[in-house]
Amino acid sequence: MSNIITAQDLCLWYGQFQALKNINMNIPENSITALIGPSGCGKSTFLKTLNRMNDLVPGVKITGKVTFQDKDIFAKNQDVNDLRKEVGMVFQKPNPFPMSIYDNVAYGPRTHGITRRAELDEIVEKALRGAAIWDEVKDRLKKNALGMSGGQQQRLCIARALAVEPKVLLMDEPTSALDPISTSRIEELAMDLKSKYTIVIVTHNMQQAVRISDYTGFFLLGDLIEFGKTDEMFSQPRDKRTEDYITGRFG
Amino acid sequence: MNKKKQATEHIIHGIFLVLGLITVLCVLLITIYLVISGIPAIREIGLIPFLFGQTWESTATEAKFGILPFILTSVYGTAGAIVLGVPIGFFTAVYLSKVASPKVRHTLENAVSLLAGIPSVVYGLVGMMVLVPGIRKIFHVPDGASLLAAIIVLAIMILPSIIKVSITALDAVPKEYEDASLALGATPVETYFRVSAPAAKSGIAAAVVLGVGRAIGEAMAVMMVSGNAANMPSLFQSVRFLTTAVASEMSYSSGLQRQALFSIALVLFLFIMLINATLNFFLKRSKED
Amino acid sequence: MSTKRSAYIGIMRFLMWLCTGITAALVIFLLVYVLMQGFPNISWELLSTSPSYLSDRIGILPDILNTVYIVLATLIIIIPLGVGAAVYLTEYAANKKLVAVIEYAAETLSGIPSIIYGLVGMLIFSNNMGSCLMAGSLTLVIMNLPTIMRTTQESLKTVPQSYREGAFGLGAGKWRVIRTVVLPGCVDGVVTGCILTVGRILGESAALLYTAGFAHVLNGLFDGLTSPGATLTVALYVYAKEQGEFGVAFAIAAILMVLTVIINLAATIVGKYFAKRRSL
Repeated sequence: MSNIITAQDLCLWYGQFQALKNINMNIPENSITALIGPSGCGKSTFLKTLNRMNDLVPGVKITGKVTFQDKDIFAKNQDVNDLRKEVGMVFQKPNPFPMSIYDNVAYGPRTHGITRRAELDEIVEKALRGAAIWDEVKDRLKKNALGMSGGQQQRLCIARALAVEPKVLLMDEPTSALDPISTSRIEELAMDLKSKYTIVIVTHNMQQAVRISDYTGFFLLGDLIEFGKTDEMFSQPRDKRTEDYITGRFG
Repeated sequence: MNKKKQATEHIIHGIFLVLGLITVLCVLLITIYLVISGIPAIREIGLIPFLFGQTWESTATEAKFGILPFILTSVYGTAGAIVLGVPIGFFTAVYLSKVASPKVRHTLENAVSLLAGIPSVVYGLVGMMVLVPGIRKIFHVPDGASLLAAIIVLAIMILPSIIKVSITALDAVPKEYEDASLALGATPVETYFRVSAPAAKSGIAAAVVLGVGRAIGEAMAVMMVSGNAANMPSLFQSVRFLTTAVASEMSYSSGLQRQALFSIALVLFLFIMLINATLNFFLKRSKED
Repeated sequence: MSTKRSAYIGIMRFLMWLCTGITAALVIFLLVYVLMQGFPNISWELLSTSPSYLSDRIGILPDILNTVYIVLATLIIIIPLGVGAAVYLTEYAANKKLVAVIEYAAETLSGIPSIIYGLVGMLIFSNNMGSCLMAGSLTLVIMNLPTIMRTTQESLKTVPQSYREGAFGLGAGKWRVIRTVVLPGCVDGVVTGCILTVGRILGESAALLYTAGFAHVLNGLFDGLTSPGATLTVALYVYAKEQGEFGVAFAIAAILMVLTVIINLAATIVGKYFAKRRSL
């Protein structure tokens, strides 16, 4: 299996504070990679570097290299908007736009220049089906998205991300604001999606990492302590700190 | 001692109650005065001839009191000011709220506050000296004091309210919306206009309605640049607004003419109440969003 | 990126620049133009005399004094009323409906145009006491009441509930708590409200034309309040519109412009000062 994203000696500073220290990681295609670690360890920062959402933070400085499909994402000729189209993102708190369900999903394709109604209809349906929410919303596509439950909103946000046909889906603790039933639906969905997409998910829930991910990276204070196959890492951690963390001794 | 203390507390409570109710009393007083003094002339002239009469000749021997020219002038003038002022205010607000550096934003916000603080007679004076001759020269009309001059002055005068209220609404748009849009590959500019502005639409609507209220209520600046003849509205003609109709004849009016001026004020007041109700509707909705 | 998309972004960016530029240019133009036209016409004689037909002289000292008188009278009346109303709303009113009615009334008052105030002020005050500064001042009180009320209310809300509870806990009566704990906490709101009110009074003309009148007679404070008189803005209007004395009008406009800048600065500085003090 080839690696779709690689990070080489990635360092990141917020002003004086170094949030990521020499991160090296290869993320294989069509897999789920979980990033775990205590709060403030850098896992979300790393995730947001992959689609350059960190560019928006004032005073941020990045060194090292990240490639997506063998291209440097920080290269001068890399259009950040094209990168974000390929590397989609789902946020911690469901954040549908205050518009109709249809307009939410159609937002991305419209932004990227698709205006024909029939084509949009098709994309919207496909994306909503892909996010396993089509049956619940097909009769109220014109209703405001803010009227949905939290779990539905999060699946809508996944559909919205799928509608621009990304290669990679970054998920930043996508279930932390949801109840257990909604959480398990999102988890099932993530596992379905990996046949077509590569998923990188930040989670503070280790059971979730074990349940759904193929690979896991453990971050601590800006360092990537350990990265490997999930089942191996959880059964035989190589590093003492990983063991302490996954057995619940801290964090 | 205790009883005396209690009595004092009761009296003081009563005093504060009266003070608290003072705004309500003022609103009632204003409404009652306007209605009482506004009704007689409408009765005498008749509601339909008063509202829809096209001729206002208050001092003629055969006096005519039709205020349709004033109503239409106020409506057109306000609409023109909105058409001109809202886009400028809106784009400025987006720039200041989303794009500008804190320093630029701070400076321009102060400049906008200054614009809001300039007395309307100063706007009127500058309008008289710059705008009116300018319109005469550019459009080759006999007199530049016209509806167009009033529209331009009003558009400038409503800018501060529109900019300030829109900025407040745009600032309140949750960052999550904007992040989601950027993560889908939209550029910042696309995000501001396709996500932030629609999310702030109730607040921006409130800004527009506030602008309407300001424009329709402005008297002095308009009086100085609009020429003040009771014509049916036309862009390059001298016109009279509801507000200026009240102000311009008040000093020498008497009898039915004076009463008719009160009736005009009543009509203006009703317009304003309607606008205030609309404004409250949008403000409430923008709070709920 | 498609050309259509780039074009959209380019146009939107251009419009933002253009409109912000227009706004900035308007402010600069107004400031520079009015000051340039006004300053050459300002002389010591203009500022220190009253108009005289005999010596064909225009002086705006009476108008300056009238403005000062009307500001003083308005503030003296409005502060107790506005603060009282705010105290009632935040400290006494238990009935939510009544609070809503009062607040709605205040909003309504702030939406009424000044020409209506002028008319009603004329009916209520001038018709009973004659055209005089006092009638104008009372009209301005009604107009500006919502402002003082709102700023005071906002500062009262920042007085921590624990202060009140502390004072009540020591057995203080309500009035004592208000006097000793609540009122000292609303000084910043009152000051801010007063600055805003002074700004509005300086700029007001439509509400004063038919209440305070437009005489330019030199008077002391008490004679002044009971006689008709023009404030600076009304004088500007009269000189420009009725007498065609544009030099004098621009001189007054320049003075008003400078005062507006000062008021705005004062509001910003006072706001910063109180914000800093509160965060300590």
